[in-house]
Amino acid sequence: MTSLIIILGVVLVLAILYMIYRVSNLVSIAKGHDDEKVGTANKVNAALFIVFMVGSLGWFFWYSFAYYDNYTLPVASEHGKHTDFLFWITMGVTVIAFTIISIVMFVFIYQYQYQEGRKAKYFPDNHYLELAWTIIPAIVLAVLIFTGLRAWNDITGPASKDAELIEVIGQQFAWTVRYPGVKDKELGKVDYKLIDNFGNEFGLDLTDKNSFDDFKSLELHLPVDKEILLKIRAKDVLHSVFLPHFRVKMDAVPGMPTQFKFKVTKTTQQMRDELSNQNFNYEMACTEICGRGHFSMKMTVIVDDQETYEKWKASQEAWLKQNPDYLKKVPNALKEAAMIKAGMQRDPGPSVAEVNE
Amino acid sequence: MATTDIHTHQDVHHHDEHDEHGHHETNFWRTYIFSEDHKIIAKQFLITGIFWALLGGILSVIFRLQLGFPEVSLEWLRPVLGEWITAEGKLDPEFYLALVTMHGTIMVFFVLTAGLSGTFSNFLIPLQVGARDMASGFMNMLSYWFFFLSSVTMFTSLFLETGPAGGGWTIYPPLSALPQAIKGSGLGMTLWLVAMALFIVSSLLGGINYITTVINLRTKGMSFTRLPLTIWAFFFTAIIGVLSFPVLFAAALLLIFDRSFGTSFYLSDIYIGGEALAHDGGSPILFQHLFWFLGHPEVYIVLLPALGLSSEIIATNSRKPIFGYKAMIGSMLFIAILSFIVWAHHMFVTGMNPFLGSIFMLLTLIIAVPSAVKIFNYVTTLWKGNIRFTPGMLFSIGLVSFFLTGGITGIFLGNSAIDIQLHDTYFVVAHFHLVMGSASFFGMMAGVYHWFPKMFGRMMDNKLGYVHFWLTFVGVYLVFFPMHYIGIAGFPRRYYSWTNFDAFSGFADLNMLVSVAAIITLAAQFIFLFNFFYSIFRGRIASANPWNATTLEWTTPRNPGHGNWPGEIPSVYRWPYDYSKPGAKEDYIPQHIPYSETPESNLPHENELIKLETSNGSGAIIVEGSKH
Repeated sequence: MTSLIIILGVVLVLAILYMIYRVSNLVSIAKGHDDEKVGTANKVNAALFIVFMVGSLGWFFWYSFAYYDNYTLPVASEHGKHTDFLFWITMGVTVIAFTIISIVMFVFIYQYQYQEGRKAKYFPDNHYLELAWTIIPAIVLAVLIFTGLRAWNDITGPASKDAELIEVIGQQFAWTVRYPGVKDKELGKVDYKLIDNFGNEFGLDLTDKNSFDDFKSLELHLPVDKEILLKIRAKDVLHSVFLPHFRVKMDAVPGMPTQFKFKVTKTTQQMRDELSNQNFNYEMACTEICGRGHFSMKMTVIVDDQETYEKWKASQEAWLKQNPDYLKKVPNALKEAAMIKAGMQRDPGPSVAEVNE
Repeated sequence: MATTDIHTHQDVHHHDEHDEHGHHETNFWRTYIFSEDHKIIAKQFLITGIFWALLGGILSVIFRLQLGFPEVSLEWLRPVLGEWITAEGKLDPEFYLALVTMHGTIMVFFVLTAGLSGTFSNFLIPLQVGARDMASGFMNMLSYWFFFLSSVTMFTSLFLETGPAGGGWTIYPPLSALPQAIKGSGLGMTLWLVAMALFIVSSLLGGINYITTVINLRTKGMSFTRLPLTIWAFFFTAIIGVLSFPVLFAAALLLIFDRSFGTSFYLSDIYIGGEALAHDGGSPILFQHLFWFLGHPEVYIVLLPALGLSSEIIATNSRKPIFGYKAMIGSMLFIAILSFIVWAHHMFVTGMNPFLGSIFMLLTLIIAVPSAVKIFNYVTTLWKGNIRFTPGMLFSIGLVSFFLTGGITGIFLGNSAIDIQLHDTYFVVAHFHLVMGSASFFGMMAGVYHWFPKMFGRMMDNKLGYVHFWLTFVGVYLVFFPMHYIGIAGFPRRYYSWTNFDAFSGFADLNMLVSVAAIITLAAQFIFLFNFFYSIFRGRIASANPWNATTLEWTTPRNPGHGNWPGEIPSVYRWPYDYSKPGAKEDYIPQHIPYSETPESNLPHENELIKLETSNGSGAIIVEGSKH
């Protein structure tokens, strides 16, 4: 019943609007008002453009300065500082160009509105002007391009050999992280065909001895001030690793491992103190549409000083230790080494190991 | 010699045939439905485009409700959306993705490609080059009806139980290839691919026709350097479309193979739904390359016609020649060429080789130069003009403003180092909605207001047009400008909600503002709809040339019939922008007026041309040709 009344109400309002429109139209025709002539409406529109220009530019500058802290994310990585710098340089250049062109355009629009009896200037071309505004933007852009290129080459260049290796794996709709373990610092081989529903979510290939001490984490722990090389892969569809505070973004592609190297400059605690928010945490998000839960693919990121980070790593149990059933997949010759590396058996020391061999 | 005779004969015959057509009585079906007349086909594209624009707009408002008012119950939408509203009265997250996907697909392809190019290329090319009709009326008819079939298919997919395609309008596999990954990748995706295949057929049939008509059917004296900029824009657009759409077709076809026939073009190493798939050796990046090889030129397929329309409208209403006519053509040509070699700037962080990234960054930022030239030329055209603010002019100014605001953020995104942070955030959403979406939409609106008198023989109401413009202009800025801030803050696109993340949980206020502005902007379009349909039947009767414009279409009678000109097609003697020429009696001289009739305003070199002017204008071509 209420919806019927609403519908009737809407119809009534529309009918009234229509009648008003009809009547005003008929009145203007009866008055002999000549629509062909350029009249006051022209002046109103010209003035509105000036109002619009002043209002919108005013709002733009006011908001941009007043809410600067709201819309900028603090940066906590080395290359991030550089790309932020480039961002603000570009912002400076473009805002100047934008403001000048906008003002000139809207002022022309107002200034050269129709006037009875005036004739427009016949000005079909001018090569000097055209040359000027081809060359000047080209030079400005060239500068922006070359600074950008240098930054890009640095960021995507090869990582150093002692970079901290960490693997991030995307799947619908969660991230998992694999560390190479403290003993060999190498990630074990993986094969998606070895993934099963019982525990081997990495598809870990246990014939590779580098896999024995790999461990899994549901939080991304990172050391501060050390180069990190994120190895990124996906199990099902595309995902994208996004670490907003570190200015890191790289797609996770099934069948094509990707990587991103960066260096974090502030620990979680330092950032908490800086923002005076003790609940602050770094976060990792997904930025490539991946399905229903795309918006909820969050992983907490914890940045520690290097000592705490090493301690944390040492305290983690190897995956193989958590899933001892998989020992049977390890070739017999490597079983003992596997048990030692995974921390399931105390390391008997070098002498015993030699005897065994 | 004999050949020449035959040609002449055919020519004469051709004309006779058209004259007969003028008096030919055709039935309702052949006149309005399966019409081969370019003007009717243009109107068919326009009406279908308006339908899609409305639908695309409504879809966007539904997901804006979710983003702006995440707490509000959407229970009242249940009668329409049914199961897509969850038990808690919320939008289903998967349906949210479907909405985003369909909004993008509809707006990019069905509104701004078919609705814009389809309408105005069809309507204006024959009228402005001085042709009786398109090169092939039959192909033109097919082009519309393939588009119609495509529309029906796409529309049907909205009503599937599993929903329409939901993997984003870019349909990146593996998400779009695997029904296990998202419901929309089931039948919805199949229909999406079928609809797009039909769409590409339609677009190719249209494009080939536009190119042929512009090259072959120009009237006497209409050399390429006398073509209005609209025609240049449609011409480049059609060439870009013909070269790039087949690549999308190939991409879609391979995706169909992967989906249905077990091939592995795009799929490899996938473990989903508890099993490892057999697909091996494919590359999802390959799809992205193929997709963006169309996808980037597509931006210009959408934008160039809008720029062409607004060039014409701004010149006419400033009562000035467009500044730098040849520079405008040159920059469009340059943009058209560059548009094919910048596609990978959509892929800087997809894992593509970083070296390729640096090449594409270089090429991408070069494209800013011709774009800047266009803006400067528009502004100079306004300088010392005598500007009349018709609704068409207002929308054209709006276009230039959006092109500037949205274009300038491209300099950020084209820079691969800066793009790392901005990629797939709301900054991108703001950028392309302004520069491609809103600018093109405003070009389309400008075109409708400006050419309505020629389409329907009546005028649209100016005052309603002003209200429509200002609400839409301010509304669009309020929708998309705040998104820059949201994007700089790092908010990712295609998120159903941001509250999971501390970093993205702010900006409830801005998101609400955006949603309110979106609703108002959509509401304002109903003013246009009323104005449009009311004016078709009851608008003020238009004169043959209500804007005092120079181009050929305004030399046709009020309601041009089949064949466009009742008598002979006028010959062309001058370029299309002789506005406010010093010494001339009026502030415009139409293209079909010979120099011999305007001795008072001729420039010295134009006086030279008088003696070459023959009654049919053909002499003038030779001079143009030899001069350059």
